[in-house]
Amino acid sequence: MDFSFTEEQQMLKDSVDRFVQNEYDFDARQKLAATDPGYSEAHWQTFAELGWLGITFAESVGGYGGSAVDSAIILEAFGRGLVLEPFLASVVLGGNLLARAGSAEQQAACLPQVIEGQKKLALAYFEPEARYELSHVTTRAEFVDGGYLITGRKGVVLHGATADWLIVSARTAGGPRDVAGVSLFLVDAATAGVETRPYRMVDGLMGAELGLSRVRVGSDALIGELDLGLEVLEWALDYGIAGVCAEAVGCMDRLQELTLEYMKTRQQFGVALGSFQVVQHRMAEMFMACEQARSLAYMAAVKVDSAPQERRRALSAAKVYIGQAGRLLGQESVQLHGGIGCTDELNVPHYFKRLTAINAWFGDESYHLGRFAGTE
Amino acid sequence: MELNFTAEDQAFRAEVRDFIEANYPIELKRKVEAGLELGKDDYVRWQKILHAKGWIAPKWPVEFGGTGWSPTQRYIFEEELTAASTPRIIPFGLAMLGPVLMEYGSKSQQARYLPDILSSDTWWAQGYSEPGAGSDLASLKTRAEPQGDHYLVNGSKIWTTYGHYADWIFCLVRTSQEEKKQKGISFLLIDMNDPGISVAPIITADGKHVVNQVFFEDVRVPKENLVGEEGAGWTIAKFLLGHERTNIAGVAASKRQVLRIKEIAGREQSGGRSLLQDQRYRDKLSQLEIELLALEYTNLRVLSAEAAGQQIGPEASLLKVKGTEVQQRITELLVEAVGYYALPYDLDALRFGWQEREPIGPDYAAVLAPHYFDWRKSSIYGGSNEIQKNIISKAVLGL
Ligand SMILES: Cc1cc2nc3c(=O)[nH]c(=O)nc-3n(C[C@H](O)[C@H](O)[C@H](O)COP(=O)(O)OP(=O)(O)OC[C@H]3O[C@@H](n4cnc5c(N)ncnc54)[C@H](O)[C@@H]3O)c2cc1C
Repeated sequence: MDFSFTEEQQMLKDSVDRFVQNEYDFDARQKLAATDPGYSEAHWQTFAELGWLGITFAESVGGYGGSAVDSAIILEAFGRGLVLEPFLASVVLGGNLLARAGSAEQQAACLPQVIEGQKKLALAYFEPEARYELSHVTTRAEFVDGGYLITGRKGVVLHGATADWLIVSARTAGGPRDVAGVSLFLVDAATAGVETRPYRMVDGLMGAELGLSRVRVGSDALIGELDLGLEVLEWALDYGIAGVCAEAVGCMDRLQELTLEYMKTRQQFGVALGSFQVVQHRMAEMFMACEQARSLAYMAAVKVDSAPQERRRALSAAKVYIGQAGRLLGQESVQLHGGIGCTDELNVPHYFKRLTAINAWFGDESYHLGRFAGTE
Repeated sequence: MELNFTAEDQAFRAEVRDFIEANYPIELKRKVEAGLELGKDDYVRWQKILHAKGWIAPKWPVEFGGTGWSPTQRYIFEEELTAASTPRIIPFGLAMLGPVLMEYGSKSQQARYLPDILSSDTWWAQGYSEPGAGSDLASLKTRAEPQGDHYLVNGSKIWTTYGHYADWIFCLVRTSQEEKKQKGISFLLIDMNDPGISVAPIITADGKHVVNQVFFEDVRVPKENLVGEEGAGWTIAKFLLGHERTNIAGVAASKRQVLRIKEIAGREQSGGRSLLQDQRYRDKLSQLEIELLALEYTNLRVLSAEAAGQQIGPEASLLKVKGTEVQQRITELLVEAVGYYALPYDLDALRFGWQEREPIGPDYAAVLAPHYFDWRKSSIYGGSNEIQKNIISKAVLGL
């Protein structure tokens, strides 16, 4: 048993931590969030130069052959800085899905450019009435003239409007909620019939509604096997869960630091607030929740590549726990900051917002309690 | 023990309901139901309607313009107002300053200020908290130095709700340095138009502007604006606290919100049926409803004790803590109900609704996450829940 990082991983961690420290102070972050793409292209190029965008991909496509632990290291550091760039969308979700299920041609066409930061991917899987049910797919892909015509709507696509390629789930057989009959397609975002409506989200990240009307793609746009896309999609979203769990740990860790610092300095009744035992116990609860969450986040990163049932069980467990711990840390940090904790100007509520959003991504606590129980 | 309302109470309820039905503007109702932002005009408009009927200040004695209703009738009135989704009555003038002036104000202060409070022609703000004095209010530093026929006020108040709407502000200020901090505090009425006052907006986590910081720089306030004696500010503040806590549990509003959860969860889909039929979600909702029932009956017990002439004391702390816990839980369940569609953030939709634009996701979703973030404030203001628990442990339990 060994929970330590390798020497390379430690170097990676130091380098991402340094980046966040130097480039991502809260004011700079808020300014960036208010700009048009909602993140910095220059930062994105830095990520590419430092090799972060290729960390999990095979060397054959220009990557560095790392694992989900490496992307977790990056995302934990990003969590501390509330980083806005589309790492989760383009690398963790889109890139990994393509690396796992894409054809050699698809990989060769896309991944080197993703790794070099020239092009971005986004994953469009959620539909307006689907809630968290992955098999709820009403978008249809019809086989016509040796290619496909895709029509439907996708909702809340993470960084959907700045992506060059969209990976879209669409029904090629069966009824609206059947598990079989869902296929995945690689769609150039510039194709006629693709329409995106971008918007900011509560955590400052960008999302988009996506309309697809008779979008024509070739038969080579199919990712993996026809009708069997759901399994790959579920794996990719589990990879995403491992990612947001790590990011949430970074958020919680930082919240805890900020609140602890405030409890040591804020004076009321002639003493520091941290001298009240009720405050001490609550800080202790936050500390414990954060450490337990960290343990499960590491477990999640390691188990992404285990057999499906084991993977589901581990990832759902982590997601449930981190949803709850995130809520505790978020709410308590705001409460203990008092009035100032309610203001947009302070960083604390923004961590709370990101943790709240993370709870909704890829299925909330209720959903994952169900999936966890189903893996018995 | 009789847990039902009497026939007269029921008749009274019907009368209130009919009045609201006939007089509540529909545009305003739509805004409140959708959880949109209300502006000064919206609040004033509704308050003037109630004032015209003579119902704006049920708690005030009849000679000052009150209604002479029993506590039970007042409770029913509140319930009906909330059930009909009317705007909340802004408390600063009517619920806070009014009773203070009746108890401590001079005859001329009463004559000067009470009529405009009643008619909502003056908007009052509450100037208590300061950057360095929140829970420990007695450590406040804003100074009012006596200089001839006026005070010279310097300092700053923070978190002033609707300070940017206010014509006047009632403040706790320090008029002398005393061994015991509470002793040097006075209660002063200040015209917001006086030279030397500036108001800076504070944007809250939901992106809205409700609270402010108010700065006082050499503001000259006539001595006649002092309420009660110099140094009586703390006593007045404690008196006011009792009034601030009426309807603190917010039972009627929470009941209304539970209906909203049911409406929304009834429309949301989960695994082929409505979310309301999803057992895991339903259990959470039931749990919340049971907590709310307990609160409702505790509130009624307090009410009946009050009707029997007993003073309410630290019980108010229980109502505040449990009331805000229920309210906050409601906002959580609403966010949970809409899943991914809690995430899109559109400030205009949050404030004004989608109007002509196509909503992102269901039209009711845009306000939910911002309300959740914003409502964390309810366990912070009006004496934080930690402070309320301190009161219970000291004043009730004697620890
Ligand atoms: C939205 C909003 C509107 C407001 N409107 C007004 C207004 O109109 N007028 C006005 O005067 N004020 C207003 N307030 C101010 C409000 O009353 C104060 O925020 C509140 O009293 C807490 O003070 P503080 O913010 O300085 O927090 P602090 O007093 O610094 O408290 C920080 C945290 O420490 C906890 N704490 C403090 N002391 C203890 C203790 N002894 N034991 C355990 N825990 C403790 C608190 O509960 C809180 O969680 C408003 C506040 C908000 C958020």
